[in-house]
Amino acid sequence: MDLLEYKGKQVLARYDVAQLPGREATTVDAAVAAAEDIGFPLVIKAQVKIGGRGKAGGIKIANTLDEVREHATNILGMDIRGHIVHELWLQLASEIVSEYYAAVVFDRSAKAPLVMLSTQGGMEIEQVAAEHPEALAMLHVDPLVGFHPFHARRLAYEAGVDADVVVPVGDMLATLYEVFVGEDATLVEINPLVITPEREVAALDAKVTLDDNAMFRHPDNATLDDSSAADPQEAMAKKRGLTYVKLDGDIGIFGNGAGLVMSTLDVVAHAGGAPANFLDAGGGAKAEAIAASVEVILGNPNVKAVLFNVFGGITRCDEVARGIIEAYEILKPTVPFVVRLDGTNDVEARKLLADADLPHVYPEATMDGAAARVVALAREGVVAA
Amino acid sequence: MSILVGEDTRLAVAGLTGREGSYHAMNNRRYGTNVVAGITPGKGGQDVEGVPVFNTFRQAVAATDANTAMIFVPPRFAADSILEAEDAGVATIVAITEGIPAHDELIVFNVLKRNPGVRLVGPNCPGVLSPGKANVGIIPAAFFKPGNVGVVSRSGTLTYQIGNELAQSGFGNSTIVGIGGDPVPGSSFVDIIALFQADPETELIVMSGEIGGSAEEEAAQYIAEQVSKPVVAYIAGLTAPPGKTMGHAGAIVSGSSGGGQAKIDALEAVGVRVGRTPTQVAQIAVEILRG
Repeated sequence: MDLLEYKGKQVLARYDVAQLPGREATTVDAAVAAAEDIGFPLVIKAQVKIGGRGKAGGIKIANTLDEVREHATNILGMDIRGHIVHELWLQLASEIVSEYYAAVVFDRSAKAPLVMLSTQGGMEIEQVAAEHPEALAMLHVDPLVGFHPFHARRLAYEAGVDADVVVPVGDMLATLYEVFVGEDATLVEINPLVITPEREVAALDAKVTLDDNAMFRHPDNATLDDSSAADPQEAMAKKRGLTYVKLDGDIGIFGNGAGLVMSTLDVVAHAGGAPANFLDAGGGAKAEAIAASVEVILGNPNVKAVLFNVFGGITRCDEVARGIIEAYEILKPTVPFVVRLDGTNDVEARKLLADADLPHVYPEATMDGAAARVVALAREGVVAA
Repeated sequence: MSILVGEDTRLAVAGLTGREGSYHAMNNRRYGTNVVAGITPGKGGQDVEGVPVFNTFRQAVAATDANTAMIFVPPRFAADSILEAEDAGVATIVAITEGIPAHDELIVFNVLKRNPGVRLVGPNCPGVLSPGKANVGIIPAAFFKPGNVGVVSRSGTLTYQIGNELAQSGFGNSTIVGIGGDPVPGSSFVDIIALFQADPETELIVMSGEIGGSAEEEAAQYIAEQVSKPVVAYIAGLTAPPGKTMGHAGAIVSGSSGGGQAKIDALEAVGVRVGRTPTQVAQIAVEILRG
């Protein structure tokens, strides 16, 4: 779960990470009210989970209430590379002496947390790594040993932070590591980490990602999820325990097993089509779950045809066939279905579908053949009665 | 021969008394796997269809000489169960459980790393099948027969798809290993490919990877340096958009890393033939096997 900046800051606040005063707002009036409390100058920041907000015009400085009103009006509702702005974060603008970068990252390749510190904050860290590798200090932490003060000193001296802030910057790194472990985070990134004229160290931004699999340990963090922003089909699928990701195309995809579904998307693209979604019904799905999946897929108005690609292991193909027939009767779909079923009970499944004799349901024997068929049908725009 | 599981396997199942655990353990037993024990704290002394249940892994190992563990307990208890199996001296641990917290997997990996005598496969994997010998996990064994193709995959169903196409062409498998789709798998492609390279029965290796992480690139480098047997590969998720997790926690293209094309390029650069669809993978493998 990726957190919006201000929700990431709420998590950091629990660990007493120094920050500048700020408030969130979802309307222009609320933004003006927040500005009256915070004072000037202040920064208004679009709350979206994507980088490059500044370049897109989603971050503005305001010196008066009129400017707050103007910028808030412009930024709310703005589309930043496909992300609509529903929330703002207003924060006192500080004088900044230095902009640093600090992060704790879950490094899959090294199988260890990676702590990073740089004196070149405020820009994309990939760019720093490419252009000034000497300015980026990195350290893998043995999770069984933990992060110790000497680790912090090593990073601070290697990165070349100002001598008088070696201790507070080191303390900040230790706290970020504590957040990383304590909240089951997979990313805690502060960019920029600023040094004020008073030589204080504060987090000006926050990017926090939490592990969904560990939510049972952190029931309080459930409130950090902004499901209001989620796509309606994705929300419906989640409620029904399905793994669904909406995509841009017009061919609905149903499959079992993440790898096979990913492969199905590729094979459809290979055949010249564009998938409308990723949907993994999981192992052992029963007829009702399959009917629910079909409802989720057809909930996307862009879908012109649906491909069912199943290799039954735990999943029984006859259950899938029953689910398709059930869904067909309830939903009366107006788009064609292409069905390829192999594996456990496949012969029985094919017989069930043949006996049901549904209009515009086309069985196919192979994965590649099924992909070619569904792409052709979507192109023809064949509409069922 | 075969790798990881076979005629010598003596299997202890954590979670044997659960519905899923007993169903799959009994399936494994019917296939011929020697299921010797179950572990469920508080249920020691009971049995499941004649398989004795113990309170701890130590008791199970002492009484039955179990050398392999299958972990079938809920995600919040799974890491503890894996560590318990390792502590009891079990050499091969197959963790089926899906949804284990990433930080728990990190601890498990770093503890097991210190013990060269233990190998973890999974978590979030379909298990390991050596056709005709032993099945540990949930792989539908009926689709596979003994043979000389070793298969290693991050995905279950995709493995069945490729294995079934090979079987239809008349080729069987030495062992099929599902390493799982989680960010911190106990065994990597490199670990399993090394075992296949050393296995006299395996003549060709099929690896089925997917987007996310860098395990496929690491495998490419290892193959160039250490592997003399032919390897055929597949990468799923080539067309997946960046920033979206495709079902598996590990399957995400983030920034410039984890993309499918980079993986294909890395593999092809070291002479690995990469099929663009599962069917093509089977076709290439058959072509090489028929010489």
